[in-house]
Amino acid sequence: MANTVVNPTRMELTRLKGKLKTAQRGHKLLKDKRDELMKQFLDTVRELRALRSQVEQDLMRVHGSFTVASALMSAQSMEQALMYPKQSVELTMTFKNVMSVNVPEYHYQTRTEDTGDIFPYGFAATSGELDGAVAALGEVFQNMLKLAQTEKAAQLMAEEIEKTRRRVNALEYVVIPNTQENIRYITMKLDENDRSTTTRLMKVKDMLLAEALEEKRAETARAIRTFGKSGEGTTEV
Amino acid sequence: MANSYQIAVLGDKDSVLGFKALGLTVFPVDHVDEARHTLHRLAKEDYAVVYLTEQFAAQMEADIARYKDELTPAVILIPGKEGSLGLGMANIKKSVERAVGADIL
Repeated sequence: MANTVVNPTRMELTRLKGKLKTAQRGHKLLKDKRDELMKQFLDTVRELRALRSQVEQDLMRVHGSFTVASALMSAQSMEQALMYPKQSVELTMTFKNVMSVNVPEYHYQTRTEDTGDIFPYGFAATSGELDGAVAALGEVFQNMLKLAQTEKAAQLMAEEIEKTRRRVNALEYVVIPNTQENIRYITMKLDENDRSTTTRLMKVKDMLLAEALEEKRAETARAIRTFGKSGEGTTEV
Repeated sequence: MANSYQIAVLGDKDSVLGFKALGLTVFPVDHVDEARHTLHRLAKEDYAVVYLTEQFAAQMEADIARYKDELTPAVILIPGKEGSLGLGMANIKKSVERAVGADIL
């Protein structure tokens, strides 16, 4: 529906045609973007699901061993053992561009290189279960970081897909049909104007012809009258 | 772009204590309100990843949703000591629904 008032002029028509062309090209591009994003997103989500279920399983196991450790040790001594970490982790973040979505990539540096040397306590005062738990947690952490990266990527991509989908739909169901409708309206209006101009011209021509004919007739009549009179005159003479 | 960030672990004390040994910054909290405040504070500081136990996450969904579209922090749910509530998986499902419009997996 042409619910907005458009000027039925040629200039407006040219403008609208340009707009339609842009909208159609934009629509095609956005649709491609959406499809590709969707493909990447589904890959990410599949990976994410696998990763998450694994991390959750591993973490539950680690929690289990921590529980065992805390059962064997007093709460105070365990807290004491873990209080001052030897290891420290620093995270740097770079960005990867996936179909114009900036997706973070995490890289971490640990202070001590050796992953076996992360225990912040002496082995004498603690139970062996704690060592196992901490070591296992260290292993899970690698996956946890990957999980964080994948999950954030999935969230950001989901947002972008939603936006793109809305844009595609707005173009497909609102902008393009509206513009087409307006173009049709202007074309019809212009055609109508053309026809009315033609009819008017024909009418004017008719009127002019009729006038000319009338004039001619009047002239002939006058001529006949004068010549007739003069003819009569000559015959009389 | 390669600024250095930190990783935080937020949750009840028993669940997060172990992470301290790994060198992560640990924030043991006892109450949801406390967790909520800590989360907002961490979001303003340079924490790129915040691991949050599901037990708390279940009661602060609105606060987590706020950071969903931000680049930092990434709020990642992990099962706490009491076990997984399936919230992490549900979140994946939700983001699929958001992107696709239906759960297709």
